[in-house]
Amino acid sequence: MAEQTAPRTLGTGPGRALIAVYGIFALSASARAAVQIGSKFSEAPLAYLLSAFAAAVYIVATVALARGGETWRRVALVSCSIELAGVVAVGLLSVFDAAAFPDDTVWTDFGRGYGYVPLVLPIIGLLWLRYAGRKPR
Amino acid sequence: MNGTLSGIVIALSLLVGAWALVDALRDRAPSRGQLIGLGVVEAALIVLLVAAAIAASGGDRPASAVTFLGYVVTIVCLPPLGWVLARLEPTRWGSVIIVVVCLTVPVLVLRLHQTWQVVTSG
Repeated sequence: MAEQTAPRTLGTGPGRALIAVYGIFALSASARAAVQIGSKFSEAPLAYLLSAFAAAVYIVATVALARGGETWRRVALVSCSIELAGVVAVGLLSVFDAAAFPDDTVWTDFGRGYGYVPLVLPIIGLLWLRYAGRKPR
Repeated sequence: MNGTLSGIVIALSLLVGAWALVDALRDRAPSRGQLIGLGVVEAALIVLLVAAAIAASGGDRPASAVTFLGYVVTIVCLPPLGWVLARLEPTRWGSVIIVVVCLTVPVLVLRLHQTWQVVTSG
């Protein structure tokens, strides 16, 4: 029973709302990366590859939250952590070394172009994974 | 791009979002009316995009057609995404999902407008 609870709760209730937000980010980050790589890749290859990477992380996080289960919970944990590390690292880099990122990515300036949601989202995600992953006793 | 139509889409979306917010705060699942509202928003979006396509064929084009298309793909997927997830979640969190979607649509419509205006103003 205890084994069943964590998987079931991960993608329901607040978790489902989280899936919606992650889904929106997966969608918009993918569209952005596709546009950047498809139309002007040579202008800023590093920034655009980073866009694609960010999109991939959002997709993995969305799927992991939706699937649930212990394995997917770990996957979600890893992808939310990468996301947090990514937004902080890219945020710092874009502030201190703007030349490294001539074009914007989701994570530039700590996600300012997206209302700082990219910075807050992984934190909420990690908190939710902690909360939903607790085994009831 | 048609400003009036965009305004209608934004207003409709905010209306449905506000309605869902009230339900979320009152701990209620999304009502049938809100799901229909999402459908109305989607229909209005499609009208807006068809109007944009007609305008584009008349020579009034976005600065970067690819960027514009990227936003189009994202935005038309949103109401259906919200609809499916809200149907799966018949609790207050289903209403929260509709709020999130209905707040995202206006932002994307505005971004869509920006990609269009670069050319008409320049």
